[in-house]
Amino acid sequence: MMAVGLSHYLVVSAVLLVLGIFGIFLNRKNIIVILMAIELILLSVNLNFVAFSSALGDLAGQIMAMLVLTVAAAEAAIGLAIVVIYFRNRGSIQVEDVNLMKG
Amino acid sequence: MLYAVAVFAPLAGAMIAGLLGRVIGNNAAKTASIAGMVVAAICGPISFFQIADGGAPGVIHLGTWIDVGSFHVDWALRLDTLSAAMVGMVSFVSMLIHVYTIGYMGHDSRPPYRFFAYLSLFTFAMLMLVTADNLAQIFFGWEGVGLCSYLLIGYWYDRPSACAAAIKAFVVNRVADLPFAVGLALIFFKFGSIEFASIFPAVTQHLNDTYTILGMQFPALEVMACLLFIGAMGKSAQLGFHVWLPDAMEGPTPVSALIHAATMVTAGVFLMARMSPLMAYAPATLNFVTFIGASTALFAATIGCTQFDIKRVIAYSTCSQLGYMFAAAGVGAYQASVFHLITHAFFKSLLFLSAGSVIHALSDEQDMRKMGGLAKVIPITCAVMWIGNLALAGIPPFAGAYSKDAIINATFAAHSGIGTYAFVCLVLAAFLTAFYSWRLLFMTFHGRSRVDHHTLEHAHESPWVMLVPLCVLSIGALIAGFSLDSWFIGEDMTNFWNGAIVNGPHNDVMERLEHVPEWVEYAPLVFGLAGIALAFVMYIVNPLMPVRLAQMFKPVYRFVQNKWYFDEFYNWLLVRPLLCAARLLWQVGDATLIDGVPNGLAEITSDSSRQVVRIQTGSLAVYAFVMLIGVVALIGFFMLSR
Repeated sequence: MMAVGLSHYLVVSAVLLVLGIFGIFLNRKNIIVILMAIELILLSVNLNFVAFSSALGDLAGQIMAMLVLTVAAAEAAIGLAIVVIYFRNRGSIQVEDVNLMKG
Repeated sequence: MLYAVAVFAPLAGAMIAGLLGRVIGNNAAKTASIAGMVVAAICGPISFFQIADGGAPGVIHLGTWIDVGSFHVDWALRLDTLSAAMVGMVSFVSMLIHVYTIGYMGHDSRPPYRFFAYLSLFTFAMLMLVTADNLAQIFFGWEGVGLCSYLLIGYWYDRPSACAAAIKAFVVNRVADLPFAVGLALIFFKFGSIEFASIFPAVTQHLNDTYTILGMQFPALEVMACLLFIGAMGKSAQLGFHVWLPDAMEGPTPVSALIHAATMVTAGVFLMARMSPLMAYAPATLNFVTFIGASTALFAATIGCTQFDIKRVIAYSTCSQLGYMFAAAGVGAYQASVFHLITHAFFKSLLFLSAGSVIHALSDEQDMRKMGGLAKVIPITCAVMWIGNLALAGIPPFAGAYSKDAIINATFAAHSGIGTYAFVCLVLAAFLTAFYSWRLLFMTFHGRSRVDHHTLEHAHESPWVMLVPLCVLSIGALIAGFSLDSWFIGEDMTNFWNGAIVNGPHNDVMERLEHVPEWVEYAPLVFGLAGIALAFVMYIVNPLMPVRLAQMFKPVYRFVQNKWYFDEFYNWLLVRPLLCAARLLWQVGDATLIDGVPNGLAEITSDSSRQVVRIQTGSLAVYAFVMLIGVVALIGFFMLSR
């Protein structure tokens, strides 16, 4: 039985990060998926923080993780609210339809 | 006190009429303006007679105008014989012109309050000019009359010719104003003051001062005097600057009378007399003044003989008479020059106003070829015009005889080369003056009528409000000569002038002009009568003669009738090149360069933003990708550079 070390956490975290990034780029359909992918990226960051915190015995990393969680929650709430409003106004939240800022 | 009232009453009238005219109505504005003039016309002559009677000269301080460092200018009214004589004349003649205007402008469709306000303001500016105690105040009045002449010449602003004439008058005057202003500045630098009281006593201290211009030495006093004289040439329409005066006939006739008789053109002559203590020490400039004056007198008289517009004939006659005044000032006979100025004001305003009466009678016809035989239709106008022309031609006992003879005698008595030149020119001009005056009379009032029937039916003598000023002026033209003669140039001269005019230490021309040979005394009269006789032969006895003569000497006639091609010459020399330069500056300098820079910048900005805008694809994925690339780049840079 192999002991779970810091490097395992970092690998999981990196995988999550890459998943999140690809979730943003490869997704051509839905804005909600983009939001979820951002959550995924934030979680990978959190995982990094906590892993280093426990490995280095420094609580600051965990405090930082709590902060990131709060921000992520707020971001999700606002993002979803925007999506709802956007759907109400434009009748679609397809990614290719969200191009009001096109110059 | 009366003196100050005489100066400021026209201003009050002008302000009430001009600023409140719309509110209080035309009649009230007219009344206010004329009331102001009547008050001035009572106070002005009274203060003149007080001074002439031995009243003490003085200065009335009104307040400080400019006080910067050592440059100090006061608002002040100078009360001496010269100023008081001018104030008396200007206020009196101007009042009569105001009254005349009621009748003359009666049929005009525009609201008259504006006209009356301008007339009063014009009078005020002239009064400020003649009562000035320093050069800056003279300059104030100088520009004031320039402005008012512009407003009045262009009064009928819907006529393009009137607008052009107004602009021409203003621009020509501005050109001459520049040397005047430079002369004023030089006087300030040299004397440290522009108050007459400080300049005149100090003149003798600067006799040997010189200015170096382009490596040549010029006496300082000559330079100043010459610059001031060029200013005077512009205002008084002397040879070279005369072009604006005939065109000024585009204004209504009362304006012509005011410009030519009381205000404006006499300012230059006044300036010469006022600056006489300085001019007396500038002999070369005085010779130049004589030359220009005498040449103008002859030159304008020749043109006057060929014009057909009744007002233009009189306009050239003014030009010519101003030449007489300058010729007199040039030989040092300032007293004679001012005397002629005063008598000229009476008979010239009389001539203009009676010409206006003719024009009024003939429903705005000004061409003398379409007049003739009007003596029976408008007898009073005819009579006063005869008086005016007798005075102009210098037939005793009319006013012009005294002043004009004095001037001609003075040029003879000067005993200098230039004086003799002036004498010949002026005697010839006297001949031509009589000729064109009687040509005007005969063509207008006598001989066969060439008026068309329709106009003749409506022809009528002018209303009393126009005739009364004419009669008053004709009395002036009759008596101003012999009643003022002893004061201005006669035995009471020294007491009368009381130091207002200085003749210079070696200048006794005023005494010598009394002792010229007999034949000189009678020359102007004989030549004048000859001129009248010639006009009689050519326009009454044999009316075909002028036409035949004109055909025989066609080139000469065309040359003179086209005013010696001065306008064309100036057009070619100045106006066209300046217009070309202006167009060049406008199209190349302004439209291309000055407008080009900001317009080009704006173009570049909008063009480049049109390119940059393509970056904004509107695709979320691309934005996110760019953001990520940015983050990677930042981190990469951070890691590598550490």
